Amino acid sequence: MVGKLLLRGMLVGLVAGILAFAFARVYGEPQVDKAIAFEEQQAQAAGGAPEPEMVSRATQAGIGLATGVLVYGAALGGLFSLVFAYAYGRLGSLGPRGTSALIALLGFLAVIVVPSLKYPANPPAVGNAETIAYRTELFFIMIVVSIVAMVAAVGLAQRLWNRLGAWNASIVAALAFLVVFALVKAALPDINEVPEDFSATVLWKFRVASLGMQFVLWTVVGLGFGAAVERLVAVRDQRGSARRYA
Amino acid sequence: MSDTTFAPTYGPVAIPVRELLPWAIFAGLMLMLMIYFVGAEEGATSLIRGTAVHEFVHDGRHLLGFPCH
Repeated sequence: MVGKLLLRGMLVGLVAGILAFAFARVYGEPQVDKAIAFEEQQAQAAGGAPEPEMVSRATQAGIGLATGVLVYGAALGGLFSLVFAYAYGRLGSLGPRGTSALIALLGFLAVIVVPSLKYPANPPAVGNAETIAYRTELFFIMIVVSIVAMVAAVGLAQRLWNRLGAWNASIVAALAFLVVFALVKAALPDINEVPEDFSATVLWKFRVASLGMQFVLWTVVGLGFGAAVERLVAVRDQRGSARRYA
Repeated sequence: MSDTTFAPTYGPVAIPVRELLPWAIFAGLMLMLMIYFVGAEEGATSLIRGTAVHEFVHDGRHLLGFPCH
């Protein structure tokens, strides 16, 4: 059962990756190009020799981007299916499509939106090469903390479910999540390495494109996976209940 | 017994943890390794010498929100 879910998750993730790649080509690449143009202009002004191109821009924006996004999409879909395999049947009476959509919504918030409010995506030319290890560390710490807080919030909602009812339990859990987020956001150091005269428009459009791409990925996985496993899961449920009532 | 219903209703049946665990560990690890290669290899840390992987997935890394360089 888990293997079947995993396979379908990775396939849905691949499809999501293809669509996210198309989105990135249209909305993301123009901003990456502008950022790289700025980077080269700065390097020239500083009198440095132009950076040798190891991989051509066409490759980076074409097959390179596609590879990165598709691998990421397939991996996301696979991990998503494992979370689904655990969550299904443990979130009240929510069916396969509802479970899938809910995981996608909460996952998108916990893995992407909340961490990016603290450490947003940066285009080329933004970020000091010497701090890459430090920035990467903080980036992953933020994601881990956010995921743990989200899992805890869901657990809290379940505990309060019977006493407060679904709506109020969810509101209390969401507030608890927000409090944790506010504390962590205040506690972790800020990073601001945007060059003085970097275009605010390019930065904004780049970050919107980056979030949009993730939105495409998570939406397609959340809705697509539920549709892809609905029958499979229903057959198993039926068998399970037949055994129970036998 | 008079109020027992015989409608064929069934609810979601959870997958037992012991069935899930081996998958979660092995597949989970492989999948996270995939994300690592797209997101962080030859950036903050490096398993392979050089910068070929970094340069190849460069645009995806930026747009997916990872710190790239």
